[in-house]
Amino acid sequence: MTITFNSKIPAGAIGDKWATYKEDAKLVAPGNKRKFKVIVVGTGLAGASAAATMAELGYQVDVFTFHDSPRRAHSIAAQGGINAAKNYQGDGDSVHRLFYDTIKGGDFRSRESNVHRLAEVSVNIIDQMVAQGVPFAREYGGLLDNRSFGGAQVSRTFYARGQTGQQLLLGAYQQLARQIGLGNVRMFNRTELVDVVTVDDRCAGIVTRDLVNGEVVSHAAHAVVMATGGYGNVFYLSTNAMACNVTAAWRAHRKGAAFANPCYTQIHPTCIPQSDPTQSKLTLMSESLRNDGRVWVPTNADESRSADQVPEAERDYILERLYPSYGNLAPRDVSSRAAKRAVDAGLGVGPLKNGVYLDFSDAVNRLGKDVVEERYGNLFQMYERIAGENPYDVPMRIYPATHYTMGGLWVDYELMTNIPGLYAAGEANFSDHGANRLGASALMQGLADGYFVLPYTIGNYLAPMLNKPIPGTDHPAFKEAELAATARYQGYVDIKGSRSPDYFHREVGRIIWDYCGMERTQQGLEKALSELPALYEEFQKDLRVTGDAESMNQTLEKAGRVDDFFQLGMLMCRDALEREESCGGHFRAEYQTDEGEALRDDEKFAHVAAWEWTGDPTKSIRHSEELNFEAIHLATRSYK
Amino acid sequence: MSNHLKNLKLKIWRQSGPTDSGHFENYVMDEISDEASFLEMLDVLNEGLIGENKLPVVFDHDCREGICGTCSLMINGQAHGPERSTATCQLHMRKFKSGDEIVIEPWRASAFPIIKDLMVDRSAFDRIIESGGFITAPTGGAPDANLIPIPKTVADAAMDASQCIGCGACVAACPNGAANLFTGAKIAHLNLLPQGQAERFKRTEAMVETMDEYFGSCTNHGECEAACPKEISIDVIALMNKDYRKSKLKNRKEISRT
Repeated sequence: MTITFNSKIPAGAIGDKWATYKEDAKLVAPGNKRKFKVIVVGTGLAGASAAATMAELGYQVDVFTFHDSPRRAHSIAAQGGINAAKNYQGDGDSVHRLFYDTIKGGDFRSRESNVHRLAEVSVNIIDQMVAQGVPFAREYGGLLDNRSFGGAQVSRTFYARGQTGQQLLLGAYQQLARQIGLGNVRMFNRTELVDVVTVDDRCAGIVTRDLVNGEVVSHAAHAVVMATGGYGNVFYLSTNAMACNVTAAWRAHRKGAAFANPCYTQIHPTCIPQSDPTQSKLTLMSESLRNDGRVWVPTNADESRSADQVPEAERDYILERLYPSYGNLAPRDVSSRAAKRAVDAGLGVGPLKNGVYLDFSDAVNRLGKDVVEERYGNLFQMYERIAGENPYDVPMRIYPATHYTMGGLWVDYELMTNIPGLYAAGEANFSDHGANRLGASALMQGLADGYFVLPYTIGNYLAPMLNKPIPGTDHPAFKEAELAATARYQGYVDIKGSRSPDYFHREVGRIIWDYCGMERTQQGLEKALSELPALYEEFQKDLRVTGDAESMNQTLEKAGRVDDFFQLGMLMCRDALEREESCGGHFRAEYQTDEGEALRDDEKFAHVAAWEWTGDPTKSIRHSEELNFEAIHLATRSYK
Repeated sequence: MSNHLKNLKLKIWRQSGPTDSGHFENYVMDEISDEASFLEMLDVLNEGLIGENKLPVVFDHDCREGICGTCSLMINGQAHGPERSTATCQLHMRKFKSGDEIVIEPWRASAFPIIKDLMVDRSAFDRIIESGGFITAPTGGAPDANLIPIPKTVADAAMDASQCIGCGACVAACPNGAANLFTGAKIAHLNLLPQGQAERFKRTEAMVETMDEYFGSCTNHGECEAACPKEISIDVIALMNKDYRKSKLKNRKEISRT
C-alpha cells in the first residue's frame, strides 16, 4: 500500500471549518443506516460514546473489549476532571482560549483544525453528560462548579470529586448498555483484537481471539473504529492499568496504518514514587492536588529532619520559584522535569530519596481541614492506603511517572487512518495534544471523538457504499489473518524457553525508561536501539508460556502484548532519535535553552512524523505531515 | 523502610474450568516485602510457578487503583480482605504478618460462575444495567448543563451512590448472594437526580426484576455494606424498595392511560 497523507482539513477560517464540514458531509438516510455494520474496538470514553451514538443513529454496531465488562476500561481511573469552554465562571474563557491553551500546551505540534473542533464541541460534552446523570460537583446554588488545572489561567475544569473519569465512563457505559439492551449493539467481552484485515486497500474487518477459550474469529464490517487507548505500558511501570497495551493499534500499523509521533509520551508529575522492586504499577495522584499543594524540596541534600521540622528558609518551592506566573500549576512536562532535576541533584525526599514533597499544610491552615477534605478526601485516603502516611500531617511524596501517550495512529480531520474505513479515536490516535497534553483534556478528547466527531465523519465515508457488497469473513484475507493469528499464539506456547513475559516486559521497560523517558540523548537512544533488538531476539528464543492456547491463559495474553511493545519500543526510540529538537514531552538534552527549557526547531520539525511499517521495526520509513499555524503564531512556550 | 514478611502459607482455590470441581492448593511464599500489594504478592507467586513450569493462578485485576472494579478475591473469608473500604488491589502486605496462613478463594455466588481459578463471570451485573440503569438521553439534544440547578446535597447524595465500582463484593459477602446493594446504588444515583425522574419507576421495576432473575433475595444482613470498597450505604436498598413498591402502582396507571 502506498501511503498518502491527506489531512482533509476543510477550507475556510478556523472557526468555520467544522460547521462547513458538517454542512458538506454526505448523509446516510435513517432507514439505510441499519444496512451498515460498524465495529468499535474498546469501550473507554471514546469507544463507548461512539458505539452508543452510532447505535442510536441506527447503525448495526459490534463492540469488543478484552475486559469482562465494558465498564472496566481505563478511562475509569481518570481523577481530576474534564475541560470545557463553558465560561460558567465568567473568568474570560472562550472556545478560542481553550483552543489556544491546547495548542500552546502541546508545544505547537498539533493540528490547528482538529484542536479548534475539540474546543468547539467541549461545551456539548458537558451538556450531554449532565443530561445522562453524571453527578458533577456543584455550588450550593445548584450550578456546576469548576476548578483550575495546569496550563490554564481560567477555571474550566468540571469534576466529580476525584473520580471524574469513573463518572463519565459510567455515563457512557450506561448509554451503551441501553443500546445493548435494545439489541442495537452486540457486545463481545473478554475478546481481544489480534489482527486488522484489509481488502483492496480498504479496512474490511478484524480478527479477534476469545480470551476464555482461545477461539480465533473474523468479523467483517463497513468501518472499524479503534478506541484502544495508549501505549504507556511500554515503560512497564506506568500509571496505566495492567492490561493497557498497544496490540490493537500496532496490529493496524502492521497492516499499513501509519503510526504518528510515537516519541510523544507524557510523564505525569504527581505519582507516588516506587517503594519496592516487586512493584508492577504506579499510582497517580490527581494533578488537581497542585491547586492547593505546594511542591518543595529541602535546600540541603543531607536533610534528615522530617518535613515539618524543615524551616521555610531551607525549603525550595521549585515550581513557584522557577515559574512565578503559573507556580505549582505549570504544565506537566515542565513540572516533571523540575522534579527530576531536584532528585537528580540529590535533593529527593523519602526513604529512597526518589520524590519531592507536595505539601498541603498551607492549604489546611488557610482553608481548614474540612475544605481540603471536601476537595481531595478520597485522594488523601488513597495515598494513605498505598504509602502508609497521612497527608494531612505529613506532606505527600510525589515523583513523575508515565501516564499518557500523545502519539498514536495517524488520522486525518475525519479521524480516519490512512487505511480507508479504519478510524482511531481517543488516546489511540495522535491528533489533538501535540507533544504534550494538558490536564483534564484526555476525557474531553475521548468524548469529543466518540460523541461529536465520529458519528458525523463515518456517515460521510459510508454514504457512497450504500447497497454495495463488502467482503465477508469467508474472504481469503480473513482466513489468512486467522491462520497467522492462531500460529502466532501457538508459537509463544511452543518456544518453551525459560523466562516469563513479565521478565521481558520489565527489561524492555527499563531500557525505554532509561533512554527514551523524561530526558533523551542521541547517545542513549542509539544504545537503546542496539540493546532492544538483542533482547527481542532473546524474547523470541527464550520465552516461556505455560499452559495452552485453547483456554484462559493470562500468560499467553501477556506474551502477545509484550511482543508488540518490543516492536513499538524500537519505533519510539527511532522517532525520538530523528526528532532533533525538544518539544513538550519529548525532551532531548542536546536541545535546551540556557535555562534548561525545551528548545524547538520549527524550521525543521514543525511537522508530524508518520511511520510506515516495513516488516522490521528498526527500518520503518518516516513520512511527515507539515503543520501550518494560521490562527496562532508559533511562539516559544513560556510559563514564567 | 520496608520490612519483609516471611513464610506465608497460601491456600488458593484452583479450578481448571467451569465444569471442574476444583480444589485448594497450598503454596509457601518464603519472603515478600510489606510494601508489596496483595496482588503483587500473587504476581510474585505466579512468576515462581512459571519458573517451575506450572500453571500460574488466574485472577482478574486491572487498574490496581481501586476504581475499575475488576479485582475480586475472598481473602480469609472476607470479600476484598481484612481492610475496610479497600479493594483487593489496594490491600497491602503490611496488613499481614510473617507465618500467616492466607486462604484465597473466588467470589462465592451462583450468579457469578467460575471461569478459571479465581476468575468469575459477573456479566449478570451488566444485564441489570442494560435493563434500565441509564437515563435515556441520546447524543445531540441535551439542554445547557446549567439549565436545571441541582442542590449540592442532592448531587452529593447521587455521587455517593454512583461511586459503585461494580466489583461484586456485595454479592460475594451476602449469605443469600443478593445484588441489592449494587442495584440499589444505581437506582439511587439516577432516581435522586432531576434528569432521572422521567424514567424513575420504569427503571426501578425493570432493574429489580432483572436482578431477581439472577440473584438471591435480600434479608437485611448488611454484609454488603461492610464489604463494599466504596462504603455504599444500605440506605440505597431502602430507597430502591420504596421506589419499587411505588412503581407497581405508577407503572400500572401509566399503562392504563395509554
